[in-house]
Amino acid sequence: MRHLLSIEDLDREAIERILDRAKTFTDVSEREIKKVPALRGRRVLNLFYEASTRTRSSFELAAKSLSADVINFAASGSAVDKGESLKDTVQTLSAYRPDLICIRTPFVGAAQLVAGWTTASVVNAGDGKHEHPTQALLDVYTLRERVGRLEGLNIWIVGDITHSRVARSCILAFQTMGAKVTVAGPPTLIPRGMEAMCDVAYDLDRLNEADVVYALRMQHERMTDSFVPSLREYASVYQIDGRRLGPRQVLMHPGPVNRGVELAAEVIDSPQAVIGQQVEAGVVVRMAVLYELLTGRANPKPALTPAPLTA
Amino acid sequence: MPEPKIVLDEDDIRRTLVRIAHEVVEKNSGRPVALVGIHRRGAHLANRLHRLVCDLLDEEVPLGDIDIAFYRDDLNTRGPDPHVNASNLDFRMEDYTVVLVDDVLYTGRTVRAAIEALFDYGRPARIQLAVLADRGHRELPLRPDYVGKNLPTARSERVNVRVRELDGADVVTITELEEAFA
Repeated sequence: MRHLLSIEDLDREAIERILDRAKTFTDVSEREIKKVPALRGRRVLNLFYEASTRTRSSFELAAKSLSADVINFAASGSAVDKGESLKDTVQTLSAYRPDLICIRTPFVGAAQLVAGWTTASVVNAGDGKHEHPTQALLDVYTLRERVGRLEGLNIWIVGDITHSRVARSCILAFQTMGAKVTVAGPPTLIPRGMEAMCDVAYDLDRLNEADVVYALRMQHERMTDSFVPSLREYASVYQIDGRRLGPRQVLMHPGPVNRGVELAAEVIDSPQAVIGQQVEAGVVVRMAVLYELLTGRANPKPALTPAPLTA
Repeated sequence: MPEPKIVLDEDDIRRTLVRIAHEVVEKNSGRPVALVGIHRRGAHLANRLHRLVCDLLDEEVPLGDIDIAFYRDDLNTRGPDPHVNASNLDFRMEDYTVVLVDDVLYTGRTVRAAIEALFDYGRPARIQLAVLADRGHRELPLRPDYVGKNLPTARSERVNVRVRELDGADVVTITELEEAFA
């Protein structure tokens, strides 16, 4: 495997292989020297056109734990502010010979484009509303740790499906692992044709059927029109609170949480919530992704043999 | 096609491990010793050796195992190992002579990786190396402290160690490499 652009790049076997390996990396994070030399000398370029706390810091930590060198590039404060295009930026930074580029942008398909412009491996760390495959992987990892197998599990994804790359990647990943997925939210925040992909509910009346409740963040920054009358009204119908969440259900959220909007404060710190475990899983899962993409592939090097001397 | 040549059978392996256990105890008399197997077959051999050493000393000594997949120097060309095992080293290595246990000693690269891995867990007082078979062709300046059997081999040959726990039988054989891949 060369790039990780979409969760569709992975079949069940590949997901299990990556997550099994992620599990072995927990051992590294627990010891005194939290570093193995597996990717020594490799360069990882973090290219972030969009705000991120978890994803960027966990990619950086993952690369460093494997002894790779990391260059962080944030679009603000760089030549992008002077109008440099994505393509020019990637080509400029490619001159530093990265082995892997980890990219987050607000543009759908950007990671795919970048993969065509560089010889490095590309990991999609979120492209607009499209996909966020490493988030889905760490969610599957967290669930495997918490409940074991995903086969036959009933997973409800609640909230703003339309603007969520996490939802898209998670639906695909959960289904690949054999879970049954239902999405729930206001009709304005569920894309048309969603029924073809999974079950759809417009209220939370049947939420008690769920084994896992996955709440999504209300994404103010991606909302150009008014999709809900008000956040208060949204919260009254779709907020996961102590009344709606059952004691046996597992609660997930990709973060950052809007307290009091999609989640009530009391459930965020409840024993059902695995939000902290999701963040923790981020490092080991991203280590496994980097390891998967960067080992077993000697970099294409220009031929070093000098031209034979002619007499 | 030539039959694989058996160089150590079940009884040989048992006797060899008993001898190595005695040597470990003799060489480290009065010093605390711990055994660490290299995944995967070395870990099983270390397990058995540990039993024998404990019986001889009449006390429990620490046992660990270590996976060196992330320490290999050929990850670029070889590709990721499908079997990565968690390492278990839950004793203070500073206080012990650590005996690394592996099945076959060949180029020495695995042992180099294992030593590097050990140092990421702590600073052992001393490291020794025990192997069931030493087939030569070293590429690094390493020498085992305890050898089950010296096997002069050609590079075109392959030494196969089978252990009961993984392969259902205890046997060491030599095959021609082409055949081993077939």
